[in-house]
Amino acid sequence: MANLTMSPARARALFDRLQQNRHLGLVGLAVALLAPFITATNYALSVMTSALLFVMLAVGLNIVVGYCGLLDLGYAAFFAIGAYVSGILATRYGWPLLATAPVVIVAAVVAGIVIGGPTLRLRSDYLAIVTLGFGEIIRITANNLTITGGPSGIYGIPGIMLLGVDLSGPVGLYYTCVVVVALAVLGAARLGRSRLGRAWRFIREDEDAAEAMGINTYRVKLAAYIGGAIWGGLAGILFGAQLSAISPPSFTFLWSALILMAVVLGGMGSTPGVVLGAIFISVLPELLREAADYRYFVFGILLIIVMIFRRQGLWPARAMERQSRRDKRKAEEHDAREAKEVVP
Amino acid sequence: MSDAAGRWALEIDGLDVHYGRVHALRGLSLTVGEGEIITLLGNNGAGKTSTLATVSGVVRSTAGTVRAFGRDITKAKPWEIVGAGVVHVPEGRRIFSRLTVHENLQLGGYLVSDKAVVGRRIDEVYALLPRLAERRNQQGGNLSGGEQQMLAVGRALVAKPKLLMLDEPSMGLAPLVVTQIMKLIRQINADGTSVLLVEQNARAALKIAHRAYVVENGVITLQGAARELARDSRVVEAYLGA
Repeated sequence: MANLTMSPARARALFDRLQQNRHLGLVGLAVALLAPFITATNYALSVMTSALLFVMLAVGLNIVVGYCGLLDLGYAAFFAIGAYVSGILATRYGWPLLATAPVVIVAAVVAGIVIGGPTLRLRSDYLAIVTLGFGEIIRITANNLTITGGPSGIYGIPGIMLLGVDLSGPVGLYYTCVVVVALAVLGAARLGRSRLGRAWRFIREDEDAAEAMGINTYRVKLAAYIGGAIWGGLAGILFGAQLSAISPPSFTFLWSALILMAVVLGGMGSTPGVVLGAIFISVLPELLREAADYRYFVFGILLIIVMIFRRQGLWPARAMERQSRRDKRKAEEHDAREAKEVVP
Repeated sequence: MSDAAGRWALEIDGLDVHYGRVHALRGLSLTVGEGEIITLLGNNGAGKTSTLATVSGVVRSTAGTVRAFGRDITKAKPWEIVGAGVVHVPEGRRIFSRLTVHENLQLGGYLVSDKAVVGRRIDEVYALLPRLAERRNQQGGNLSGGEQQMLAVGRALVAKPKLLMLDEPSMGLAPLVVTQIMKLIRQINADGTSVLLVEQNARAALKIAHRAYVVENGVITLQGAARELARDSRVVEAYLGA
């Protein structure tokens, strides 16, 4: 069909296959499982656990931003809701941390509906502003309520216990996170490939056309928003378990911005990309400790360089977006040729 | 289907549409009989697109009624209207340029939960439009204008419309490609689908339509059999540029 020369076509096929490899997730999981055998200092484990949490947040935000194209600038709010709800239940009412998960999910869904319900009728820019406000409202509310401990927050959040096994140590927590985050990544990826996931993509590409073809755009967008909220809320539980103390400054706008950055940097809508982006964003500042005071300066420069040279992200959802300008040109030429044949 | 309910695929009666202060449709009425191709002609801003957008539920009317196959759909939501078999191919094609041809077609089957049915319908579209089959894995944006229009029509066909509404399918296409598109529409109609065709290209549209309406300033000013309107001096002067 296409008269492409053999070698670029082959290279492309190989690259595509590499990117779509089904075993990729297993390789990632193996790396995560084996990492502590390389280095297992408390510091390394804490960095790796944070990276996992970040992966979970980025994958959750990717449902909203990457799949559905809704710009959410207040994602840390759901993270905060999860952390506070589980923290309060665990410290004040003595619930085991894992038992708080169903309540956290309900709280996240309710928050998703409360914020998404009225705002998802808005188009992108307005939605971004409202979500930005929502993120701040949650943080400031936590700062002022007594039940959330005000500015000093909640401390003494217990570690995770499962069937009498104590997983509260750094190793136990790390492996708990590996399991939970792996399931979260898998779940989000499957959701992206489902019928609902396709509907999200149609809305992202052209909301009006999607609506004209029979998609209930409002309900489908709300589903994306609620999905993102659940992922964020569950990550909040692990966050509380890791730090054992949470307070309002843990949930500033910077968090929302960094999670969004992980999604954009990795490649919106691409699960491997977003995972990579999250690891990059969370681990890089640690690797740059050598640069001391210039750490965040270098970090920023690196981010800018990546975005200049890989605008679609480190690992874009569609690797070869511009592959065939020539296909388009060929098709147009085909039309033109046919048109000439009729005009004598 | 009973005769009384089944006579009209679409009945629009006294439709009024306002965009803020702009009065876009002023009591527009028209009908599409089952199995007919009806064309709605008119200049830019006459109200052609508003009519289709109102029928498909994207724009709300301020007065008047819309009935499809005997059922009142004036206040129905877009997805309910698609579910009722009325499918709109919007102006400018509105295909998804970053998704593949195949993915574009899948959207048409969104309301059908049985994957096998959607797959079969997509295969039917490929059989009808072999050029789409050749390009099934290409991105929509890489197709030529004519192919994009075929894709937009194909996407609508996957939804199995009983009434297909097309908004300026000939826009920006070379004459031969326009002929191909019109042939396609005629073929779809021959397979039993009623068609409401909105066009500026009156010459092409009148060739395939059974009846035609002319809309000016939001109201129907002329109507009749397509063959007669093609000879009507007012139509010839204003739209056929003789």
